[in-house]
Amino acid sequence: MSSTAGPPALERKRRLAFFSDVAAVGGRALRSIRRDPEAVIPALVIPVFFFVVNVGALQDFAEGIPGLDYKAFQLPVAIIFAVTGMSRALVVVSDIQSGYFDRLAITPVNRLSLLLGLMVADLSMVVLLTLPVLVLAFVVGVRFETGFLGILAFIGIAGAWAIAYSGFAYAIAFRTGNQAAVNTSFLLFFPFLFLTTVFLPKEALTDWMSTMAGYNPVTYLLEALRSLVSGGWDSGALARGLGSIGGVGALSLTLALLALRGRVSRG
Amino acid sequence: MNGKAIVAEGLVRDFGEVRAVDGVDLSVAEGEVYGFLGPNGAGKSTVVRMLTTLLLPTSGRATVAGVDVVVQPKRVRMRIGAALQDAALDNKQTGRELLRLQARLFGLSGREAKSRIRELERLIDIDEAMDRLISTYSGGMKRRLDLAAALIHSPRVLFLDEPTTGLDPISRVRVWEEVRRVNKDLGVTIFLTTQYLEEADSLADRVGIIDAGKLAAEGAPSYLKRTVGSDIIIAEIEGDTSAAHHAVRNVEGVSEVEAHETELTISVENGPASISRVALALHELEVTVHNLTLRTPTLDDVFLSVTGARLEVDATVDSPAGTDAS
Repeated sequence: MSSTAGPPALERKRRLAFFSDVAAVGGRALRSIRRDPEAVIPALVIPVFFFVVNVGALQDFAEGIPGLDYKAFQLPVAIIFAVTGMSRALVVVSDIQSGYFDRLAITPVNRLSLLLGLMVADLSMVVLLTLPVLVLAFVVGVRFETGFLGILAFIGIAGAWAIAYSGFAYAIAFRTGNQAAVNTSFLLFFPFLFLTTVFLPKEALTDWMSTMAGYNPVTYLLEALRSLVSGGWDSGALARGLGSIGGVGALSLTLALLALRGRVSRG
Repeated sequence: MNGKAIVAEGLVRDFGEVRAVDGVDLSVAEGEVYGFLGPNGAGKSTVVRMLTTLLLPTSGRATVAGVDVVVQPKRVRMRIGAALQDAALDNKQTGRELLRLQARLFGLSGREAKSRIRELERLIDIDEAMDRLISTYSGGMKRRLDLAAALIHSPRVLFLDEPTTGLDPISRVRVWEEVRRVNKDLGVTIFLTTQYLEEADSLADRVGIIDAGKLAAEGAPSYLKRTVGSDIIIAEIEGDTSAAHHAVRNVEGVSEVEAHETELTISVENGPASISRVALALHELEVTVHNLTLRTPTLDDVFLSVTGARLEVDATVDSPAGTDAS
């Protein structure tokens, strides 16, 4: 009764299936986003809230610094709030707890695609989450010095950061299969965001805070994003921002891959 | 494959100090339904996880569909389907989306997947619910969808790990019908673990009884039942069973007696002829008999005979967690 190719024929077809696996796993993750509005709506609202509150509270004070457009200064902060810690890691936890992860593991799916497929969905989420903040920023008069290409670069860097940071959440998810542990991974981010130029430029910070900010990769990430908004194309700032993302990403994705390997190992 | 779908030799699995599986040998023929019967914690699922490539054996070897599970796990995965315990599904997908994803991961093209899903819809009788979210499915429907997902790539060997645990009796019988159909219509070899005697008796061509990680007995249900005698007399008595055990053991026609708490399980060659002699022996000993019944042997009697304990899981009184609304 079967009209499909049997296992031997499928074994031959499976040999070049990596991209197909990533697309299949990513497609499933995207569907889950659509059916998970309670996770998406707060993520959309929170960055808009921070943008409004930070600008409302500090604009008059901060614009005492010559040449500072505080709305443009705060736009990258809102975006980083939107995308940092955003991941489908809880889907991994749910799959492990329900046993669905075992069902996937019994298929010949490429193991790496179980992580990369989710990250494809995360990138789509980044675009979705940045749009309301960008629209609000445009409405209140923020303009990109680098034009349309700069906006694309801005979203691209935000996406790269989101993926780099999500590695921590995936590492914890694959390692523990525990929802509470994954949720606390977001707390790792707080010192990074606040010990930096989140409210004021580096030169306006106290000495100790300025020193801390100098060691914080988020400082360079914000610098790169701000350069796209108000500084024009600045290769030095972009290189430092991308370097910071690369460093964080190398660490987090190594941890995530090790955790994935441990989860699918048969020992 | 030499006519063998599953071969295991000296399969052992340790978890730290605990030996969960202790030297299991298996040989399952192509097209056979093999029932792996045992209580919770006996090692059934651990054996399945090794045979389905989820777990490495500590020692021993196994081939499934002719392929070594340790050396070539990917090839094994292409040839097997598995529905593990508790219908592991993703509640946020529809039935059709789940099957389509499963099909893609096994390398089926879009057209092949569509055609295969149409076949499976009919086979497992779930077509009306395929476009609903799985979270809305009843327990029985989830089990049948799980079965369909395991069959999407036309596997040669299907592993079902306690496929009806938690289902109400009506849903359980429906799943049994699907399993029989898959075996008969598609010729798929089925390795089924269960803690339900009735399930093993009803579905399996051969049964392996596993206890404390070891294979305690193996054979066709009818053969296993014959090994404990052609008839069974159960005597529920009051007080000490040891004297009664001795007295009954010497009754003509009695081949074996097992004492279990206040119950004597007496294997006899000819039940109708022996029951009066057994009753008389107990009466002469002035033993109070609460109940004396004659019946043919069940797999539970076999289980008692080989492990010294009853399995004591009643397939008909489970909680109706999976009431089938379909």
